[in-house]
Amino acid sequence: MSRIKTFKGGIHPAHDGKELTCNMPITEAPLLEKYYVLFSENAGKAPRPTAAVGDKVKKYQLLAEADGFVSANLHSPTSGEITAIVELPGATGVPDKAFEITADGKDHGEVPFAPVSDWKNADSAVIMERIREAGIVGMGGAAFPSHVKLTVPPGKNVDTLIINGAECEPYLTADHRLMVEFPEKVLCGAAIMAKMLNVANVFVGIENNKRDAIASLESLAPEYGIKVIPLQVRYPQGAEKQLIKAITDRTVPSGGLPADAGCIVQNAGSSAAVYEAVVLGIPLIERIVTVTGEVVKNPGNFKLKIGTPVIEAVKMAGGITEEPGKLILGGPMMGFSQKSFDVPVAKNTSGILLLPVDKVLNFASSPCIRCARCVEACPMNLMPCLLCADVEGNRFDLAQSDHVMDCLECGACAYVCPSHRPLVQLLRRAKAEVRKAKNKGTVQK
Amino acid sequence: MSENISNDIKLPTGEKLVLSSSPHISANGNVRGIMLKVITALLPAAAAGIWFFGLPAAAVIVLTVISCVIAEAVWCLLAGKPVIPAITDFSAVVTGVILALNLPSAVPFYIPVIGGFIAIWLGKQVFGGLGHNPFNPAIVARVALLIALPAAMTIWSPPRGMDKDYPAAELFFGSVAMKQVKQGKLDGISCATPLGIMTDTEKITDTSDRHASAAAKHNFDRINTPALLKKYFWGIRPGCIGETCIPALILGGIMLIIFKLINWRVPVCFIGAVAVTSGLVNFFFPGVTPPPLFHLFTGGVFLGAVFMATDMVSSPVTNRGCLIFGIGCGVITSVIRIWGNYPEGVSFGILIMNALVPLIDRWCAKRPFGYIRRKEV
Repeated sequence: MSRIKTFKGGIHPAHDGKELTCNMPITEAPLLEKYYVLFSENAGKAPRPTAAVGDKVKKYQLLAEADGFVSANLHSPTSGEITAIVELPGATGVPDKAFEITADGKDHGEVPFAPVSDWKNADSAVIMERIREAGIVGMGGAAFPSHVKLTVPPGKNVDTLIINGAECEPYLTADHRLMVEFPEKVLCGAAIMAKMLNVANVFVGIENNKRDAIASLESLAPEYGIKVIPLQVRYPQGAEKQLIKAITDRTVPSGGLPADAGCIVQNAGSSAAVYEAVVLGIPLIERIVTVTGEVVKNPGNFKLKIGTPVIEAVKMAGGITEEPGKLILGGPMMGFSQKSFDVPVAKNTSGILLLPVDKVLNFASSPCIRCARCVEACPMNLMPCLLCADVEGNRFDLAQSDHVMDCLECGACAYVCPSHRPLVQLLRRAKAEVRKAKNKGTVQK
Repeated sequence: MSENISNDIKLPTGEKLVLSSSPHISANGNVRGIMLKVITALLPAAAAGIWFFGLPAAAVIVLTVISCVIAEAVWCLLAGKPVIPAITDFSAVVTGVILALNLPSAVPFYIPVIGGFIAIWLGKQVFGGLGHNPFNPAIVARVALLIALPAAMTIWSPPRGMDKDYPAAELFFGSVAMKQVKQGKLDGISCATPLGIMTDTEKITDTSDRHASAAAKHNFDRINTPALLKKYFWGIRPGCIGETCIPALILGGIMLIIFKLINWRVPVCFIGAVAVTSGLVNFFFPGVTPPPLFHLFTGGVFLGAVFMATDMVSSPVTNRGCLIFGIGCGVITSVIRIWGNYPEGVSFGILIMNALVPLIDRWCAKRPFGYIRRKEV
């Protein structure tokens, strides 16, 4: 390994906030009285509820069943009773229904799936069905059902599996700690998926600032036939296309899937979930969440059940030292800000971030001075400053021909903008308008 | 960790929560910071100008800056726009300093005053203010002044260190003034710039007439001796306040590159294109123009290349665009200097290329990720 790999563009945040939690071991959460499991925990179609108010449920019991292919099963995080179906804000701010589960304190349930300890000789279809049953989704943030991502589209040839351990979002260390403390889960999950996909090249990409995670994985990787690839610390290193480019030097074509570059990418957390589903027979009901921020008293990493209210997670972290100015689910670059602490932890909640009031950005529509920092930072090689001029002039047709649809919304442009322009917001607007126009058949002039 | 556990935990109420689009953090830095850094980088050239041209130079700089800031404030008041961010972002100060560095130190007081208003009103605010001006405001003002008030704009004072012992002094001062110079009376004396002498030198393009060509070459040789080039380089030559001292400009350029405020391609291509164009013409027609070093060390190539062409607002945003832009500026500058009526072409070169920036940005749009034919797997 001569040179540490990376991609073109991107940014290197001067302060990444990871020091708050990167050495904090994963803490088991105490059992709570109530959990709120959102109906729609996955990208795609929400699953169909199979349980109703008043039902006694056991831990691991199915609460909602995948509705169609791009959908994921939902299981009960603990044993107890469904006491209500309430309306709660989802992570994106769209209200969603949730099961209110009042725990009986036993936290008991049978492991629902028969463990496949001999996964090396198991049939691919069996493993795939298990991953689907377990309701595993992309745990890095997208929440795309894993069984869909692992299904190679007809006509495509996949020869590489990449486990995304980049964790390039500032502040978050959940995947980092997972790889340090449970490397065998991540690696074994990867090996299971590689076996299922029948691919020879399996890589784990990790940013080079997580030396302990690299060391911990490297000690076990050879026995699984997996290569650990240290990557440059550069946001968004963990974006799928950028990760594939850095590790394999292949380019996913515009509008294409990783499979078009012969790759499939899975998040490190999802990989561990695959291990638990296949080898232990446990569905996805808990995940590691970084609870952090300058105003959190004892920032740390917690193993939280899906449905844990954010306020309870903050309580586990010792509460706050001062009133926060912003609550973010996910990382500070792509996470969603929240209006209330009622929102529960979902399958894709990688972090709960509380920023102090003085760190809250004031986006101003001050003029673009064409400094071109956004052009340099864009990992997709777009020109955000010119695109936003298109948007502000309501020229969505121009924005479309300037490839706005290739935008990842990674936020690198807005991060570097000295005028603090709301670039991502403008680009999102353009993408929405282009989609709207596409549905109507014409692009607005 | 002495306090009791559960009951003492202070929990957020969520009253102050702000809802906004991602990203939620940003790099430190703002427009004001950028402008302050540019002003810092301008200091060496301004200081050199004041050293060489004395208090009048300082007065011109101060007056131009004040004029620009007042022009900005007045426009904002008239247009009903908020005055505070417009003035405190220091962009008017940057425009003022750059314009002042582009003026001779001996200009009458009304030149900086008018210039400041032209720069801010006609160069910037009519287009919508900061960020919207297609042309560099300082250059707009300089060119407008040069065309409207040519006499006032071309009175050149001799810098510190330019006296009767200056090489070819008579050529610069003229035979009449030379008598006063010899008596040491330098006050109020004006002189010619090297580029002015070059323009007035008889040019012979007919290479078949060897005698005539050699004679013309001799004319250039008088203003192109090694001793003179050395003086030009250090800044001991008549010219605009900020353009003469090349080391100070190079220092400013290095500061801008270190501050990551300019794309190095613009100054390098600009200066390189001037050198190559004048070098080629000089090589084939030595009777038409002096060698490249003369072109680089006289006039405003360095000032233009480092501080004016690199203006963020009016230069391209891509690396490839900056290459084309820099080369274009250099070639046009040389062509005007060699064949045009004006001795200096830097301002015109940059203005013309400024006008092409929107096109250059489109031509040189980066190819987005994923549009490259992928390697066979």
